[in-house]
Amino acid sequence: MWVYEKKLQYPVRVSTCNPMLAKFLIEQYGGADGELSAALRYLNQRYTIPDKVIGLLTDIGTEEFAHLEMIATMVFKLTKDATPEQMKAAGLGAHYANHDNALYYENAGGVPWTATYIQAKGDPIADLYEDIAAEEKARATYQWIINMSDDTDLNDSLRFLRQREIIHSQRFREAVEILKDEQGKKRIF
Amino acid sequence: MFTPNKTYYPYISPFDPCKPIKVKTYSTPPNLYMGFQPPNLPQFSPMEALRAGTLWKPFYDPYFSPYEKVKGGQS
Repeated sequence: MWVYEKKLQYPVRVSTCNPMLAKFLIEQYGGADGELSAALRYLNQRYTIPDKVIGLLTDIGTEEFAHLEMIATMVFKLTKDATPEQMKAAGLGAHYANHDNALYYENAGGVPWTATYIQAKGDPIADLYEDIAAEEKARATYQWIINMSDDTDLNDSLRFLRQREIIHSQRFREAVEILKDEQGKKRIF
Repeated sequence: MFTPNKTYYPYISPFDPCKPIKVKTYSTPPNLYMGFQPPNLPQFSPMEALRAGTLWKPFYDPYFSPYEKVKGGQS
């Protein structure tokens, strides 16, 4: 069960109407390494992972939904009152034809989200290595979006999200350390 | 001295059509070096931590666009 807190994990401020940036940001919404993929990947893998790291996958998977919500807010604000002309000029003409200004789970190229983006191999190491890779790829995606964005307010929120990816990667790496730790080893305190 | 931003100098052909980028950079954040987090690392205050995105100072690695060069931006 989840408890919803009606606020964002980190404030999202957008200083300019910039549908073009929304087109790039949607990669983190419905892209292969986006927050939706991350949340669903972790929350699904956790059922078949050793007990010691289930809680980690639950926590991080849950946080990814908080990130998804932040990305949604950014995209929404960037396109909220954009006219069809502005959408067309930003390369979102096809999106507008299909969705008006609504958000949709698709990547920056307009390809709809698919479950093939995520994997659950059932092998704890294979799954955790996938998770580490996903965090590093999401971190890189944030970097490339920051490189393309001149919205300093938005970049501030993106930097926060990138920092969280680093921490998540760290925790998954620690999970691997826990799982590969020698069993029955004598511990001296 | 340690930096979380590494650089390399790619080969540049005399026939490259685009203006060459002489120095390429990539990010190597602190989590790559830490292994299992050691105890008693220095912490941010709770309010600072909420802004930074981490409680732990050694994990803090803000990213700034090389094209942006904003306040406090490390390159």
